[in-house]
Amino acid sequence: MTPELMEAGTKALEAARERHANAGQSGGREASYGRVVEEGVVDVVHGPILYLDEITVSFDGFKALNDLSLYIDAGELRCIIGPNGAGKTTMMDVITGKTRPDSGKAFFGSTIDLLRLRENRIASIGIGRKFQKPTVFEHLSVFENLELALKDDRGVKASMFFRLNGEQLDRIGSMLQLIHLKDSAQRTAGLLSHGQKQWLEIGMLLMQDPKLLLLDEPVAGMTDEETERTAELFLSLEGNHSLVVVEHDMKFIHELTRDNPAKKVTVLHEGSVLAEGSLAEVQSNEKVVEVYLGR
Amino acid sequence: MHLRALTVVLVTWLLAANAHALTAEQVRAMAIGENDARAAAIGLVAASGDDKAPAFFQALLDDAVKTAGDKVFVVRDGKALDAASGAVVMLPDNAEDVVNSNRMRREIEGALASLKLLSTDANQRAAAIKELHDGVDESKLPLIEKAYAIESDAKLKSELGLLRAGVLISSADKTKRLEAAKSLADSHEPATKTLLLDRLKPDAETEPEVRAQLELSVSAIQSRLAWGERLGVVFTGASLGSILLLVALGLAITYGLMGVINMAHGELMMIGAYATYVVQNIFKAHLPGLFDYYIVAAIPAAFLASALVGAAMERSVIRFLYGRPLETLLATWGISLVLMQGVRSIFGAQNVQVENPRWLSGGVQAMSNLTLPFNRIAIIVFAVLVLASLAFMVARTRLGLFVRGVTQNRPMAACMGVNTAKVDTYAFALGSGIAGLAGCALSQVGNVGPDLGQGYIVDSFMVVVLGGVGQLAGTVYAALGLGILNKLLEGWTGAVLAKIMVLVFIVVFIQKRPQGLFAMKGRSAEA
Amino acid sequence: MSALPETTLSREREREQPANPPMASSLARWRERPFDTSGGVRVIALSALLLIAVIAPILNLAVPQGSALHLSDYAVALIAKIMCYAICALAMDLIWGYTGILSLGHGVFFALGGYAMGMYLMRQIGRDGNYQSDLPDFMVFLDWKALPWHWAFSDSFVATLALIVLVPGLLAFVFGFFAFRSRIKGVYFSIITQAMTFATMLLFFRNETGFGGNNGFTDFKRILGIAIARPSTRMLLFVITGCTLLGFFLFARWLVASKFGRVLQAIRDAESRVMFTGYDPLRYKLTIWVISAVMCGIAGALYVPQVGIINPSEMSPAASIEIAIWTAVGGRASLIGPIVGAFFVNGAKSWFTQAFPEFWLYFLGALFIAVTLFLPQGIIGLVKRRKKEERA
Repeated sequence: MTPELMEAGTKALEAARERHANAGQSGGREASYGRVVEEGVVDVVHGPILYLDEITVSFDGFKALNDLSLYIDAGELRCIIGPNGAGKTTMMDVITGKTRPDSGKAFFGSTIDLLRLRENRIASIGIGRKFQKPTVFEHLSVFENLELALKDDRGVKASMFFRLNGEQLDRIGSMLQLIHLKDSAQRTAGLLSHGQKQWLEIGMLLMQDPKLLLLDEPVAGMTDEETERTAELFLSLEGNHSLVVVEHDMKFIHELTRDNPAKKVTVLHEGSVLAEGSLAEVQSNEKVVEVYLGR
Repeated sequence: MHLRALTVVLVTWLLAANAHALTAEQVRAMAIGENDARAAAIGLVAASGDDKAPAFFQALLDDAVKTAGDKVFVVRDGKALDAASGAVVMLPDNAEDVVNSNRMRREIEGALASLKLLSTDANQRAAAIKELHDGVDESKLPLIEKAYAIESDAKLKSELGLLRAGVLISSADKTKRLEAAKSLADSHEPATKTLLLDRLKPDAETEPEVRAQLELSVSAIQSRLAWGERLGVVFTGASLGSILLLVALGLAITYGLMGVINMAHGELMMIGAYATYVVQNIFKAHLPGLFDYYIVAAIPAAFLASALVGAAMERSVIRFLYGRPLETLLATWGISLVLMQGVRSIFGAQNVQVENPRWLSGGVQAMSNLTLPFNRIAIIVFAVLVLASLAFMVARTRLGLFVRGVTQNRPMAACMGVNTAKVDTYAFALGSGIAGLAGCALSQVGNVGPDLGQGYIVDSFMVVVLGGVGQLAGTVYAALGLGILNKLLEGWTGAVLAKIMVLVFIVVFIQKRPQGLFAMKGRSAEA
Repeated sequence: MSALPETTLSREREREQPANPPMASSLARWRERPFDTSGGVRVIALSALLLIAVIAPILNLAVPQGSALHLSDYAVALIAKIMCYAICALAMDLIWGYTGILSLGHGVFFALGGYAMGMYLMRQIGRDGNYQSDLPDFMVFLDWKALPWHWAFSDSFVATLALIVLVPGLLAFVFGFFAFRSRIKGVYFSIITQAMTFATMLLFFRNETGFGGNNGFTDFKRILGIAIARPSTRMLLFVITGCTLLGFFLFARWLVASKFGRVLQAIRDAESRVMFTGYDPLRYKLTIWVISAVMCGIAGALYVPQVGIINPSEMSPAASIEIAIWTAVGGRASLIGPIVGAFFVNGAKSWFTQAFPEFWLYFLGALFIAVTLFLPQGIIGLVKRRKKEERA
């Protein structure tokens, strides 16, 4: 046993330990053959958390989505822009199960087929959606809205005998803090301002602790200050959650991509991806300019 | 002495002649005694074909025959005549009326009918043959044979032949029965089929050969009748469908194009029917000569009456409830209560009589067991006309264009300068007017009363739900389909169960296809 | 956006706005919320109980007939009938006021419960009927020789009680399952409930169905061996009905105050959001639908021995639509409103049909129109608005 050999051996052992530590579920193996598929667990070993493969949706002859392919990585914050009618909302409808595509595949992680699940199931496995028009429960209070969104048994019997425990109370409290509605906890949600309702909806989304957030025009109607706060919030979520943000407000997109200029932005047009790249690349892309300015 | 002998000779000669007078015994036997004996006597006299017999039978039916002891009198115009001789005599004080029970009346009527068989008037003979279909038996056979022998008209002769066969079918002689069964195969009458089926019952006909022939004859008649039955179902289905179409068209406009649920739709129909009634009365009172054409005036009257009421409803209540369908439902239900009670106060709670004009009464006999009533044919034609004019109006006229525009995008239409409020009122009035037309049509085929509309509410809504909203085509197909389906099932299971099955069918259909048969596709359909 | 009907809860919260209490304690309040046994409700419940179970019996049975305080038998029967209707109105509020499902066919559940009780009462007549036979009169009239299969359990009171709950419940379950599963909503759903009750009514009108045809059941003599016509039996039934109404009211309050109730309101307000929050609306809707159907069935079963007759016209679409108007007049989504509405409308009906019978339908029709146009919050809403104006 020479000292060189011992050193080499220690190095090899450390490297192996490091490999094991970073290995993840599959033990560092790249091939997926023979891996166990676990029910309800989102498998992101390969990177993307959302796969959309050649999705086509047509309404009475009109193609809302035309061979759309999109991949969102786990922990990514993707911005999607595009003119009206490009198919952004339809794309979200497909992901959340509201609309069935005519062809194509949609997977959550590598193993969960979204096309086979119902809306509430998709919501419970970790995809949260914020609608274009803020939809909160108008006649319930802000507190009650958040309480309904708590991650808990969604069954009928459970809800009849439900009582809040301390931990859940704290969660709601901290969420109220996060969405700046602490003072309005007892207000009827219908009486909130437009921006506040957007925040409440985002809060409800976050209560479910989703792995993928779909945000359809989250800052529409918000003031500049609210828009800034929203950007901060999303940036704080990035990494632990994956976000897909559909927006028209370019200032907001700037704020979202400010920390990392290489962040991907996707441009949709007439139901398929027109361009994809960093914000700068996309803004200077001739095709994109043509589509937006209509030359 | 001479006189007596002469009388005897005369009477004997008369009896021998056998065709010109009733004897006293005969008359006595027919008027006095037990019903069974009397019936037998009447049958005998009828069979003999005596031509004085009809008068006597008629007298019996008119309750003009009296008896005293064993003398029989006929009282006419205050004078009493001896029943047998016809001579005028004094009516004894103790004369009693001859009472005829229902059964006796039937016997007498049958006897009268059978005698008519020998009448010189072909129409009378034809009528008599028809009457005899109902109550023919072996005793009438000689009469029928006699008539058959002298019958000159070919058609009547074949009918007599069938009649004869109908009697012979239960003859004691096997060959006669076989022959009768064979000849009956040519019949077109459902009654003959029943007769044959009766013979086929286990204890009626025992000879296998005859049974076989009976069955052949039954199937021959059955296939001839089957077409009549099938067409009959299709026709009544189409008739019901055309009524449903008229009822549902108005609803298709107000709900399909405007999104308004109108529970008072049935009452708008009722108003149309009552408008028809009023027009009828006006014609009866002031223009009796033109009564048959009252319907021509009633149609626009019904349309206007309902359209005005509809417009009033829209302006006062419904326009404030656009976008709130559940509230509209309740409010229009309230309006329907008010309308019904109003009609009750004005016209009374009972049904009112609306008569068909002469050219709409009766029907055309398409086949032996299929009569198509004129009024129903007229309604089918009317429904098609209304549909065509409505389709034209919606697709080609300016108003139709405005209605479509306002329905699809109200703010845009308003920006274009369309007076949306006015368009709403016109569209609603149009839908209501069509309901009025439906009411006018219904008045010709059914009863008119304050709750005329109630019977059609559920049906008309089912048509709209099934047909889908936004297009008239769906309403048309749904109405016709439901009408025919209902009638088909009725033949099977009876009216109530048929209705229930249709309702269940619709609920199940809506499961699979919530938007109905024809629906506006795309995202707007989810609203 | 339309005006929001305010719930009692939200208004209490509005009042607390200016104080701005520290977060933890204000939130801690919500922990205890599920069943609010605050003073107000306790007083109302106890006084109602007192009225029904103590004062009414005394006024009817003990106080002599001539006295001004005497509660006449007629009044007892009328109030009992209206209390049964109030239960239906309460059930309607649960599905319409809180869940947004307008049913225009709830009369069928009421009638089915009534028919179940009716069958038992018909058997209880025994041999005292017109034909002195073991079979009910109408069956003898139709020349039937034996009881049909669906009368199998009609001589057992316990089985009848079970049927009163099971038959409406089962029909509601099957109908609701298929209707909600196919996402039929709004007006279409209401129309289909009309069709359901209409079809059932047609079925019961037939003599062959074995439920007395268009005459239904009547001429009851006994219940559980006790004579029905006696004042003490009537009062007993009255008290039972009142207690049932009270019980259902408290049950409904508990239900509405729980998370279940909030999910229902969420379904009413934004069903798609509810789905995206992970709840299955079908289960919730079906549950409340069946609960409301069973409530109506029990109301029907209490109604029949007190009114003395049941026939298919109880299932007519018109009767079911009236239930909706009681709830709307009283005030949707308030629980006490429907009860008030039922008393108001039926009281008016009773008065009109005696004083001005031709005007009753005008009044009812006008009520429908007025409530939808001018009083969307009903009587309770009016009261609340007044109170708010007084405070302001």
